[in-house]
Amino acid sequence: MHKIKTIEEAMGHIKDGMTLMIGGFLGTGTPETFIDALIERGVKDLTVIGNDTGFPDKGIGRLIVNKQVKKAIVSHIGTNPETGRQMNAGEIEVVLVPQGTLAEQVRAGGAGLGGILTPTGLGTIVEEGKQKVVVQGKTYLVEEPIRADVALLKGAKVDKKGNIYYNYAARNFNPLMAMAADLVIVEAETLVETGEIHPNEVMTPGIFVDMIVEGGK
Amino acid sequence: MDNIREIIAKRVAKELKDGDVVNLGIGLPTLVANYIPEGVDIILQSENGFVGMGPAPEAGKEEKDLVNAGGLNVTLMPGAAFFDSATSFAIIRGGHVAATVLGALQVDQKGNLANWMIPGKLVPGMGGAMDLVSGAKKVIVAMEHTAKGKAKILKECTLPLTAVAEVDLIITEMGVMAVKPEGLVLLEINPAYTVEDIKAATEAELIIADPLKDMTV
Repeated sequence: MHKIKTIEEAMGHIKDGMTLMIGGFLGTGTPETFIDALIERGVKDLTVIGNDTGFPDKGIGRLIVNKQVKKAIVSHIGTNPETGRQMNAGEIEVVLVPQGTLAEQVRAGGAGLGGILTPTGLGTIVEEGKQKVVVQGKTYLVEEPIRADVALLKGAKVDKKGNIYYNYAARNFNPLMAMAADLVIVEAETLVETGEIHPNEVMTPGIFVDMIVEGGK
Repeated sequence: MDNIREIIAKRVAKELKDGDVVNLGIGLPTLVANYIPEGVDIILQSENGFVGMGPAPEAGKEEKDLVNAGGLNVTLMPGAAFFDSATSFAIIRGGHVAATVLGALQVDQKGNLANWMIPGKLVPGMGGAMDLVSGAKKVIVAMEHTAKGKAKILKECTLPLTAVAEVDLIITEMGVMAVKPEGLVLLEINPAYTVEDIKAATEAELIIADPLKDMTV
């Protein structure tokens, strides 16, 4: 299966109103070339799932500034004042989720699980409207799995089968999102021949990846 | 003010034991790393996905994607390891972090903590704080005793909570307080202050330990 696509081919699958997972943590590990393309194409009313809304000029934050996002499901918006402004003005819906819960919800979405049980958020506003269960005498919140239409990832090295190797802290949510979307597109900082990433060093198996676009920054 | 922050950071550093895996929050808690006693080897966890975090690099020696949870460039200690966000929070939630040090907007005598939002004013999101506070074995609040003269150590928090009854120790420039079944106990006092000074700056009921030790840094 030929997975290598041009950016136009790959981004053509992203339509108004879709739910996107976007890898990265304050922009580190975020596929910025895809963000550029989404801005250029002007797709709107997106629901974005990611760790945070980055900065106004970096990461997911740029889509917020350009008013392409109607809903953000993230753990943190503090580094992007524009997200807070749009939220207070009623222009965007923001769902704040504890970071570890968000990671597990995405993992559950990709792992065929019906959700996860976590103590995080008990006794806080996070528990509002959620089911609680007691297991082995301890109380947990039930947090549901999350999936997306498309996951946008970034790899430092990607081979032609889609196997991904990440650099330092750029890994973060990328490997989890690779499992949790109907269409998975990775931006390759460096595209290498199949086999050039040793199987022991593959961090995301290529079977999760549908499309590869070369030329990430 | 720098002196106050230094006193707090130095005293917190004495709580950390050789071999501890520790997560330090942004701001004052980050300073703790500068005062780890000689011969004590702690492993810093960074929730964006690694253990073995070192200090900031020299100018010009920054490595791409090697950043802490605040997005700032850092270095690595020998033995460092990277992982995805689910593993990062398995470490945090699963009891593999010996201590977390964070700041507070409010903390109360039952060990409740509020440090993630001020409704209508400041809504940055909880990031990893809720998971850290519910998962770390020991939760240390490191902060200035009051905010512009207003008490932050209360009978009961009024802001939205980060977690319920998880705080173990509160360290300020005035002293060291422990949350115990009988209430909030002042264990140590900075000799620059009197017990009356501390009581006046604290809304919570303080139980004074007998003997009350001097806080040394």
